[in-house]
Amino acid sequence: MKLKEIVKKLKLSVRCGENNLDRDVTGGCASDMLSNVIAYSKKGDVWTTIQIHANIVAVAVLKELAAIIIVQGREPADDTIQKAKEENIPLLVSKLSAYEVVGKMYELGVGRN
Amino acid sequence: MDKAFSQIYKIQGGNIYNAGKASTEIKSILKQLGINSFIIRRVAIAAYEAEMNVVMYAKHATMTFEVTPKQINIIVEDEGPGIADVSLAMQEGYSTATPEMREMGFGAGMGLPNIKRNSDSFKIESVVGKGIKLEIKININ
Ligand SMILES: Nc1ncnc2c1ncn2[C@@H]1O[C@H](COP(=O)(O)OP(=O)(O)O)[C@@H](O)[C@H]1O
Ligand SMILES: [Mg+2]
Repeated sequence: MKLKEIVKKLKLSVRCGENNLDRDVTGGCASDMLSNVIAYSKKGDVWTTIQIHANIVAVAVLKELAAIIIVQGREPADDTIQKAKEENIPLLVSKLSAYEVVGKMYELGVGRN
Repeated sequence: MDKAFSQIYKIQGGNIYNAGKASTEIKSILKQLGINSFIIRRVAIAAYEAEMNVVMYAKHATMTFEVTPKQINIIVEDEGPGIADVSLAMQEGYSTATPEMREMGFGAGMGLPNIKRNSDSFKIESVVGKGIKLEIKININ
């Protein structure tokens, strides 16, 4: 599924990476522990988290993730947005909880990669 | 052994925001050398977790990165508290991270296991009160 479809269906706000929404999402992962994401995420996953600091971008780059969805109405820190722009990682935000965001994505057919 | 490439990085402990610099650089060097992306990912994960541990637990470290025709070596020697019980530290889920670090998503207790899982040879030596030495080897083929 294209990232832009997820953005549209879940009404996500795009904090950066507008030009990278055409990429394919092949699966998803949800965790707030960085090493857990490093261990279990797969290339092409969209990552749902409450973390907002710049290290999330490093993890996304490391694992070649498709995008990061920051949930519960949290906002990425300025240096996180800066780094995500440099690294071409789309940062998306939602007011919903991780549970709801992941549930909606499963309904759309985005499962475990 | 022929060395195609070798580089030494200094890692400063304490500031979590600085972490990831050496591993990012290592990743781009390996890309330039045309190393296969599966291998690059393994090296980058191991280097990132090792770097994070220096930043979180030690004072400072040197990370030596070598590419030989057959393998990639990462040697991290830090000055810090060392690890009293290495086999306990190697267990998935064991962490002495502070509540502040955990709140930021560090301290899953999976760093050392992640390094081991992504390396073909992994050695850890520790001297309590002095520091630790990690030797990570990842085969190219
Ligand atoms: N370089 C280091 N110096 C001192 N202690 C360390 C170092 N690296 C790891 N440790 C100890 O080993 C534990 C487990 O490390 P790790 O598996 O990376 O998990 P985490 O970093 O999430 O705690 C740490 O909580 C810490 O107590
Ligand atoms: Mg760690």
